[in-house]
Amino acid sequence: MADVNRGNRPLSPHVSIYRMPLNAVLSITHRITGVGMSLASVLIVWYFLAAATSEAYFDTASWVLTSFLGDLIMLGSLMAIWYHFCSGIRHLVWDTGSGLGQRRVQRSGITALIAAAVLTLITIILA
Amino acid sequence: MRYLTDRKRVRGLGSAKSGTAHFWEQRLSAIALVVLTPLFVIPFAYNLGGSHADILAAYGHPVNAIIAIAFILTAFLHLFQGLQVVIEDYVHGRTEIVLIITARLTCSLFALAGTFSILKIAFTA
Repeated sequence: MADVNRGNRPLSPHVSIYRMPLNAVLSITHRITGVGMSLASVLIVWYFLAAATSEAYFDTASWVLTSFLGDLIMLGSLMAIWYHFCSGIRHLVWDTGSGLGQRRVQRSGITALIAAAVLTLITIILA
Repeated sequence: MRYLTDRKRVRGLGSAKSGTAHFWEQRLSAIALVVLTPLFVIPFAYNLGGSHADILAAYGHPVNAIIAIAFILTAFLHLFQGLQVVIEDYVHGRTEIVLIITARLTCSLFALAGTFSILKIAFTA
């Protein structure tokens, strides 16, 4: 029906000024963190590969992963994995058909954000 | 005039015959990762920045090695499953097929490289 002439009426949602609901932001963040972790996955495999190869190669890989940029990627990925973890549990609960009411979705979303932050802090403290 | 019968024209169209298999497998790898993620991430973060000897000692331990291998295999499977869904949602046509093939082969290669490396560490440490 896209070719039907609707005149010049505005479309809804008006994406340029539309305020995304929290859950929509959380949903796209789940995808972005998932795809984004590809980089850390490759770096971690490289790190293990270097460790299995030689001490000199390991030192190079270790230096890259603990450099400023490496720290930034690892910290970002740490936040990403814990967010994706908490958000993923929400999705698994939804897949059973429960927790889908508007208020429960809102509440579990906020809970996931807090839990992800706490898990990130715990990992940093333990590491 | 059409030379094909109606039946012949529709055969093979429609369902991909795989049903909910992809959806189910993705949930299964997700459930496995709920357990494996904390078991891998926390020790990994702890060991990151350690010396070569530290890493060899840590992943030379069978429990750490098994967890790391299980995590790497499951994580790359789940990564591919997720990438496939994202590609299917946003890219279409020939590029879609090329990206899915590339993602699958790349994920398989890295899963293999990670597994082999940890096995080598575990068996030589």
